[in-house]
Amino acid sequence: MKTGFWQVTFAVLRKDMLAEMRSRELLSVMGLFALLSVIIFSFALELDREARETAISGVIWVTVAFASIIGLNRSMNSEREQGNFDALLLAPVDRSALFLGKFLGNFLVVLLVGLVLLPLGTLLYNITLIQPWVLLILVLGIFGLSSIGTLLAAMTAQTRARDALLSIAMLPIVLPVLLAAVRATTSIISNEPIENWITWPQILLVVDLIYLVLCFFTFGFVIEE
Amino acid sequence: MAQAKAKDIAQEPTATPSLLRILTLVTVLGVVVALVFALVIAGTDIEQGEVQRIFYVHMPAFFGAFVAFGATVLGGVMYLWKRDPKWDRLAVAGVEVGFALALINLITGSIWARPIWNTWWTWDPRLTSEAIMVLTYAAYMMLRAGIDNVDTRRRFASVYGILAFATVLLVLFIIRVRDDTIHPTVVGNSPQNAQGSFAATSGVVGALMVGLLVWGLIVPVTLMWYRIRLENMLDWVNRKKMEVLSA
Repeated sequence: MKTGFWQVTFAVLRKDMLAEMRSRELLSVMGLFALLSVIIFSFALELDREARETAISGVIWVTVAFASIIGLNRSMNSEREQGNFDALLLAPVDRSALFLGKFLGNFLVVLLVGLVLLPLGTLLYNITLIQPWVLLILVLGIFGLSSIGTLLAAMTAQTRARDALLSIAMLPIVLPVLLAAVRATTSIISNEPIENWITWPQILLVVDLIYLVLCFFTFGFVIEE
Repeated sequence: MAQAKAKDIAQEPTATPSLLRILTLVTVLGVVVALVFALVIAGTDIEQGEVQRIFYVHMPAFFGAFVAFGATVLGGVMYLWKRDPKWDRLAVAGVEVGFALALINLITGSIWARPIWNTWWTWDPRLTSEAIMVLTYAAYMMLRAGIDNVDTRRRFASVYGILAFATVLLVLFIIRVRDDTIHPTVVGNSPQNAQGSFAATSGVVGALMVGLLVWGLIVPVTLMWYRIRLENMLDWVNRKKMEVLSA
């Protein structure tokens, strides 16, 4: 008998979260990287307030993107090295459910890093980042990053160059997501009227959905063996 | 798995088929005719002068890249569905030919921009997105090179080739979304701040049509055909090598 789709999804998610809670392997590395990145940017760009307003969203998103690449690499590599992935593939379950479980796990971890970045950025750059709209953009942007990232990490984990290849393969493809997210964040923190930037969250949502559907259906091809 | 192996047999290389020979001749002649149209028949642009003629190669080359990358998507989808390596050969051919045409597009654009925009390169949304597109397909080639197992390589390349097309669409649509581009729009109205426009007379339209036919269709199809044959030959040689080694 086949285990139900959502049952599998949540089993994988629960396993990832439990492992993460006990080892804190991903969060410690990603968190430290994010902290360092924001600090380095903040003294590399000792800028006046206006310039900071335009720079901060770029800083936040570059940091989130690279942190997610680090996290995705580690999460997939440990899955491979410890043989867990082979066991998952042996199980008589839906491959797309595996994708959804891994995706949700990665999404939550990266989102947590993103949520830590907002108060940190607010502190270091003296610009209020903790706003409902910024939070929404953060969720949407990380959603897109994680779906493409989960698919590509599953792919590159099986290649020779691994870590290096994931960043090369992932960054150009997530560019539409990053572009929309950066533009929206910049507009929001400079208090522009909503009709000026509302198209960006809309574009982000559409791109997210397209990517999710594409990844959902192609994941099965990536991990078959 | 056994079925996939059986299908893996590449065809023994054949002599160049006569249709391909004819097509090659047509391509060479077509490039010459397109150049005559672009350099002689089309009138000189009043505002931009002779340099505007580069447009008759510039825009059709992007169209050709679009066709080639489209073939990659088709090849990718069909490979994942049928698992016949011939579709993967189409996908590789599409990427490499499209990559070359996109480079032609970038280089001609750069040469045009030097006198018109007074710079070789600017971080304009369309230029940036096109550069990203070229890098994505460079990543495709690196991904292929990074995988040893043939079946895995084909599968991954198919998936990535489908995803990569998102960047091609980004190049096409970015002008509609970001109004701060200075790149002129060819189809539809140019944004207010576009520098250098394309007003059409009959000679211009003729040169553009011939250019589109040659650079946008005949050149990519011919090159891709050669590339597919080359990839087939590679697969065949590799299989022979394996046979000899295992004997």
